[in-house]
Amino acid sequence: MSYRAESFLWLMQRISAGVLALCVTVHLATIIYAVQGGLSAAEILGRTRGNAGWFAFYCVFVLAVTVHVPIGLRSVCSEWLRWRGRSRDLALLLFAAFLAWAGMRAVVGVFA
Amino acid sequence: MKVSVKRGDSYQEFEVPRHPSQTVLDVVTYIQRHLDPTLAYRFACRVGMCGSCAMMVNDVPRWTCRTHVDRVLEKDQLVVAPLRNLPVIRDLVTDMRGFFDKWARAKGEFRGRQTKQDEFAVVSPQSEDRKLADAGIECIGCAVCYAACDVVKWNPDYLGPAALNRAWTLVKDVRDRSNLERLRAVSGDAGCHACHSHVSCTERCPKHLSPTAAIAGLKREVAKAVLRGEL
Repeated sequence: MSYRAESFLWLMQRISAGVLALCVTVHLATIIYAVQGGLSAAEILGRTRGNAGWFAFYCVFVLAVTVHVPIGLRSVCSEWLRWRGRSRDLALLLFAAFLAWAGMRAVVGVFA
Repeated sequence: MKVSVKRGDSYQEFEVPRHPSQTVLDVVTYIQRHLDPTLAYRFACRVGMCGSCAMMVNDVPRWTCRTHVDRVLEKDQLVVAPLRNLPVIRDLVTDMRGFFDKWARAKGEFRGRQTKQDEFAVVSPQSEDRKLADAGIECIGCAVCYAACDVVKWNPDYLGPAALNRAWTLVKDVRDRSNLERLRAVSGDAGCHACHSHVSCTERCPKHLSPTAAIAGLKREVAKAVLRGEL
């Protein structure tokens, strides 16, 4: 991978980290606020389904995770497992696709 | 005091008398002059200028000529070993070629814009760029930061704190003309982006420099260049 691509990945990881900091804060605050009175799964789904705003928010959350996690794992693979090169990058690309699929499946299930 | 000196794969024990204001370099010199003349170690100036006497002392990289035994003695014992992350030539002497080759890879040489026919460049010591460069300019090339860095251990291609600090002082030198080339050289998996900001280099630097801050500065400069489409 070229130094340009590697620099771009680093930049993407920093940007996605900023997005995640916001998303995780909102996510946790919402959970703590919403469950204070006790909520059943049915009640939660009743509030979330069809809510376009929260659907968009969690789409952004999943996108940030999909970008951030594989780039971080790339360093973990090379430094701790000494796994470098194309095979590592392809495996992480597949892992990114899995994260996007699993994340969007959950988002569609709860908000669509 | 008891002194264990790493020699090859094993440690050799010595009994060394204590003296007031004794440095770790004094201890190693005593061993070589009085107990075992075959002990190999490296030093030159003895006053913290040349950067040649750095070793691991009780598992911490230090400049031995300015490290007083009083500060580092643990249970009346010293353990002295060659610097980490560098190949050992013999006993306490490491091969520094890889370390300095990385300075060259990071484009650590000054390349001026002007010729000898031009007037002297006037650089205000108060300018922001000069202050940032000055903050890192006193590096003595002792490789203490390099030995302290875990990323160097995990990623042998990583340029390391000293080379990147040197590159940063040149990036901030308004007289230098090879900044884009330098930013290319210090970016990517082997460059500034590999740094995890563990701050071990800054913690251990005997000159109290902050290679961590220099590397963070390089990351910012590279990010700006990427966004401008220059890299």
